[in-house]
Order: sequence, then structure tokens, then C-alpha cells
Amino acid sequence: MSRRGDWVYENNGGTCVAIAGADYCVIAADTRLSVGYSILTRDHSKICELADKCVLASSGFQGDIKALHKNLAARELLYQHQHNKRMSCPAMAQLLSNTLYYKRFFPYYAFNVLGGLDSEGKGCVFTYDAVGSYERTGYSAQGTGSTLIMPVLDNQLKSPSPLLLPARDAVTPLSETEAIDLVKDVFASATERDIYTGDKLEIVVVNKAGTRREYIDLRKD
Amino acid sequence: MMKPDMSALETHFGAPAGEDCGLLFDVDDSSMPAMEFPNCPNFDRFQAKTKDMVKNKRGTTTLAFIFDRGVIVAADSRASMGGYISSQTVRKIIEINPYMLGTMAGGAADCQFWHRNLGTKCRLHELANKRRISVTGASKLLANILYSYRGMGLSIGTMIAGWDEKGPGLYYVDSEGARLKGNRFSVGSGSLYAYGILDEGYRFKMSIEEAGELARRAIYHATFRDGASGGCVSVYHVGPDGWTKLSGDDVGELHFQYYPVQKTPVEQEMVDASPSTA
Repeated sequence: MSRRGDWVYENNGGTCVAIAGADYCVIAADTRLSVGYSILTRDHSKICELADKCVLASSGFQGDIKALHKNLAARELLYQHQHNKRMSCPAMAQLLSNTLYYKRFFPYYAFNVLGGLDSEGKGCVFTYDAVGSYERTGYSAQGTGSTLIMPVLDNQLKSPSPLLLPARDAVTPLSETEAIDLVKDVFASATERDIYTGDKLEIVVVNKAGTRREYIDLRKD
Repeated sequence: MMKPDMSALETHFGAPAGEDCGLLFDVDDSSMPAMEFPNCPNFDRFQAKTKDMVKNKRGTTTLAFIFDRGVIVAADSRASMGGYISSQTVRKIIEINPYMLGTMAGGAADCQFWHRNLGTKCRLHELANKRRISVTGASKLLANILYSYRGMGLSIGTMIAGWDEKGPGLYYVDSEGARLKGNRFSVGSGSLYAYGILDEGYRFKMSIEEAGELARRAIYHATFRDGASGGCVSVYHVGPDGWTKLSGDDVGELHFQYYPVQKTPVEQEMVDASPSTA
């Protein structure tokens, strides 16, 4: 029996991945919700569409994640009413960072990946830690399977660092179909070795035509 | 009669989590909402446990020094979460405004957030006073904020470097509340290694290229020996016209530039022989 305020977190597991391309962004997450060694449900979405070109995937403690997604969706609605347009992905990225940091002393136990298109229509992915430090990258994985997935993404997608001077051209990015195939492969591998990842994979693809969703089955064991 | 602006003296202590848990902040209220605290019997134990749980990103070797042509600021670009490298492309040199830079060491979120906040305050100062803020003033603003959060577990070791009316300025500010004016600082887990190179090669009169090269070598050596430092070395120079980026190099490649592989005689023969057999 835990006393109030003693320890209020639990890790519900799961993995989120996002890959940015020249004019698209793929955001994917598994749909398993676990507590300890038990699976509570095989059908829980970790992805939230915050704006038409902005999608957030989070893994960690689902209570905090629900609260965080609701908070951000409400702020986005307020922004729409005040500015007569939807929030851009970089703007939402900073809002998420600030929202996480305001709970620096009582953190949201959420590991987030924000993906979408920036104002020029290029794919962007923002990766976060639990208290709001963020960085724009070309790809990212967060959650219990992230340490299994990131090395594979580094191998396939790593491009010269944006910090280099003179700047070096980024390697030609993958096409949209290649990126989706990579995501499916990478989740299949993570499912093999991470007990918290599996059941179903939800893939959201954002491009200038709009947003679409796909579901792929993963191993249920 | 105008009331003096005391906003810089405001402290931002947290408020205990209420029923709405601080979720609904008033969008018209331009001041920061108070940070929420957990309602628990032992605050420090809670912070220690959440720190282990979330394993926040931490950054690691930065340095800055003043010489006769201005200030050089350099940093690596690795962020680690526990033993896992979470990123090799972190920007640890933060551009507060076109003539002031801040460095990040310690907790990545803490540094990013408070530097962003400092940039906002510096801009407000410019608008209110019709002149740019001095490096002294900017570092004091940051130091006062950090002092008010002293003991709560923030981890920030930063240097504020800039060029103002008094010339080049460099201050070290940390989350313990320290604020030190100085000519040479290195902060982070790799700082001891960087100091070794920096102190040995430092002279007040140097050209900008020499100073940049010294900084680059110092960070490279820190990345070589410190596991928590790596990625790319970024070197910036702050002069009277503001800052410019001097160089950005991957330390893996820098290693072979500084220590080119000497081929043994046998290997050299093989290399010499191969074009003729192609």
C-alpha cells in the first residue's frame, strides 16, 4: 500500500519511433500497455495528432501521457482561436518543452517524440527527455525498445552532424515507402527482444497530402 | 511617479500541486506560472528517486577563455542518459543574442530552459532600457534565478560569454548559486582534461586562429579521455561585432588529423604495390 505522494509513477512500457524525410514524416508506436509482467491491453494508442502537421508519440507512464496530450491539445485549440491558424510543428515543439519543464520538480514520466512537417513542408522530428530538453533531429526512438532500435536507425540513416563547419550535405534521405519499411523492420526486431514491445504497430504518416494511419501486427508473446 | 521595475527580483518558487495540477495556466498572464511541487513528505528523497527514474540528459565538456581579441567558447556535443548516449548532435553553445553566448553543462533541460528564459529577459531589458544588457547584468540575472532554486536539484554549470561596452566578458554561473568573473573556465565531466591542454597552451596575445585551435584541441582531448564527452567540437569566437562560429569538427576525424596513422614498412609496401596490380 503506497502512502499518498510516496511513489506515484509506473512504467507502462512501449516504444515510439519517428523518421523525417524531405517532405514526409513517419511516426510509429506499438500498442501494448503493460504493468510489470502483465499486459493490460493490446490495443492502446500512444500517438496523438496535435495539429494537422504535428503528431506526438509518447511512451512511459500512461497516466501522465494522457494528461500531457490533453494539455497540449487544449493549448493548441486556444492557439487556433487566438491566431486563426493551427500550430506549426516547431512551435508545438517548444510548447512541449516548456510544458515538460514546468513540471521539473514533479516530472511527467513521458518519453516523447514529436514528428511532423515544418513551415516549409520538410519533415522534422523532435526528441525529448522527460523534463523537456529537446533537439531537432532526422530520426529518433524513445521508450523501452529505444536502445535496441536507435543503433539500427543510426546505421541506416545517420547523416553528417548539423554542427559541422563547413556544413556537409546530408545523405539523400529515404523515400516514404522505404522509411515505412524500415520502421516495420525495426519494430519487428525490437519486439523480439523487448518484453514491453509488441502486439500491434500503429504508423502515422504525415505529408503534404495529409495524414494517414496504418496498423501492422507484431508478435503477441 | 513611475514605480521601479522589480521584476528581476521576483523569485519563482513552486506551489504545491493543487486540484487542477497547474494544467490550466492563464494564457494572458505573461509572467511565469509557479512550478508545481509534489505533495510528498520527503521532497529530497522524491527528487533523488525521480532523477534515477527519468535519467535526464546531461551534457559535458565546455570551455571559454578571454584573450586579446575577444572570447573563445568551445564545447563538445554529446548528451548521455545514464550510460546511454542519447545524442551526438546537441547544441551546447546557446546563442542568447547576437553578441552573447551561453554554454550548457549539467542537466540539458535545465540549461536549455534557463538560457531561453535568460534570452527573453535580456531582450526585455533591451526594450525597456534602449540599450543592450551587459554580460555582468545577464550573468547576474541568471545567477539570481538559480540561487532561488538552490538545493532543489537543478544541475547547471554554465558560462556566459559576450562582448559589451566594457569589452570581452566571461562569467561562470552554476546551480549552487556561484557566479565568478574570470579569464579561463572549463566546465563539465571532461573539464579536467580540457584544463590540461588549455592552461598549457594559453597566452593572452594570440591570433584568433591560434586561440580557436587551442580550444579545439582542448575539447578533443577531453572527448578522448572522458566517456561522457564526444561528438563534434564547436568553437565560437565573440568579438566586438558579435559572435561567429569558427569551426565544427567531428572528433573521430580530428583524432586522425592530430595523430595520423603511421604505416609500418610492410603496410607501406602493400600500399605502394597495389596500384600496379590493379
